[in-house]
Amino acid sequence: MSPVARNRLIALGALLVAGAGLGFVAFGNIGENLVYYWSPSEMLGQGDKAYSATIRLGGVVEAGSIQWNAEHTTLQFRVADDVKEGAPSVLVRATETPPQMFRDKIGVVVEGTYDKSGVFSSNRLMVNHSNEYRAPKEGEDPRQWQETLSDATAMGAK
Amino acid sequence: MGKFIKWGLPALALVVLAAGWWLGLVWAPPDREMGDVQRIMYVHVPLQWVAMVAMAINFVVAISYLMKASWKLDAAAEASAEIGLVLGTAGMITGAIWGRPTWGVYWSWDPRLTSQAIMLVTYTGYLVLRRFVEDPEKRATWSSVVAIIGAINLPIVWFSVRWWRSLHQVQSTPKTVDPEMTLALRVSAFGMLFLTIWFLVQRYRQALAERQAEVALPDALPSDLAAAGGANSSRVA
Repeated sequence: MSPVARNRLIALGALLVAGAGLGFVAFGNIGENLVYYWSPSEMLGQGDKAYSATIRLGGVVEAGSIQWNAEHTTLQFRVADDVKEGAPSVLVRATETPPQMFRDKIGVVVEGTYDKSGVFSSNRLMVNHSNEYRAPKEGEDPRQWQETLSDATAMGAK
Repeated sequence: MGKFIKWGLPALALVVLAAGWWLGLVWAPPDREMGDVQRIMYVHVPLQWVAMVAMAINFVVAISYLMKASWKLDAAAEASAEIGLVLGTAGMITGAIWGRPTWGVYWSWDPRLTSQAIMLVTYTGYLVLRRFVEDPEKRATWSSVVAIIGAINLPIVWFSVRWWRSLHQVQSTPKTVDPEMTLALRVSAFGMLFLTIWFLVQRYRQALAERQAEVALPDALPSDLAAAGGANSSRVA
């Protein structure tokens, strides 16, 4: 075989391998085994499997559920499937300072363990941002917004 | 043309990039939720885009090399992989810096971050392979195979946020971004693209000169003079 033909055969082989690999990743079911987080309803649906293993729980912070105890520096809130009222939710207790954007109805992912008392103890609290970027509305100042946020979470303790 | 590439292109790149970053850092409004932190977007997103462009070039020239072997294509492959890796690494670092104040963490093993890490490791491996193989022809052929297979990382990284749940948000579009921010991002991206093209041309010329020296005078290389037989010692398989 001439070197040119050999190289073309190699190219074809490499492309086939690459295509098969990509097809497997895209259309295979590996996503089911590589779930980054469970939603509250999925986690609750796992039964005993959800207990005591380190897992990630993702959803939105249920409106009005944030409770900040300044004395014991504990943070409690409920993570719900979505912002609709009555969506399945899980009580989360976190020991970490939340990121600045943490507030009602924002997307969060928490890492920790769920126990039989129905409390998810989080040792890592992450906030996820949407793909929207907007200018502040009239009269809104992003810095002020953050301050009112911390006031709001402090108010929850009362 | 030579003069333009030497002086005009970097000057153009820096002017456009400066304009884009001025628009982004001064002119465009802050994000209503993140505040000024969001402005790192004008650095992070262009870096990731041009890294993808460089890696896509690497894929195309790798196939082209196997179709029609030439040292020019091999030099272009080396240049694009190296520059893609540098830009992608810078993109990942700026992403981590952005992640800390917004997500609360620098890093999490979410699909986007993990797939990007795999992509960077792949291109590091590609460059390591190139250094290990001394025979230029074998090096070019073998590394082309790695480049073609490694390129599957590109669509995986791009679609990772759509295929799987992730901490990283899905791609923004002009519909989800205010027009001032979109303009600043576009100008920054073009500046970064021009800078990347300039890097690519410079690195390509170096790589091509190295290749030509390698194949033209194998016996004159210092390592060959030191080696025993001399004549055939560059044929390390």
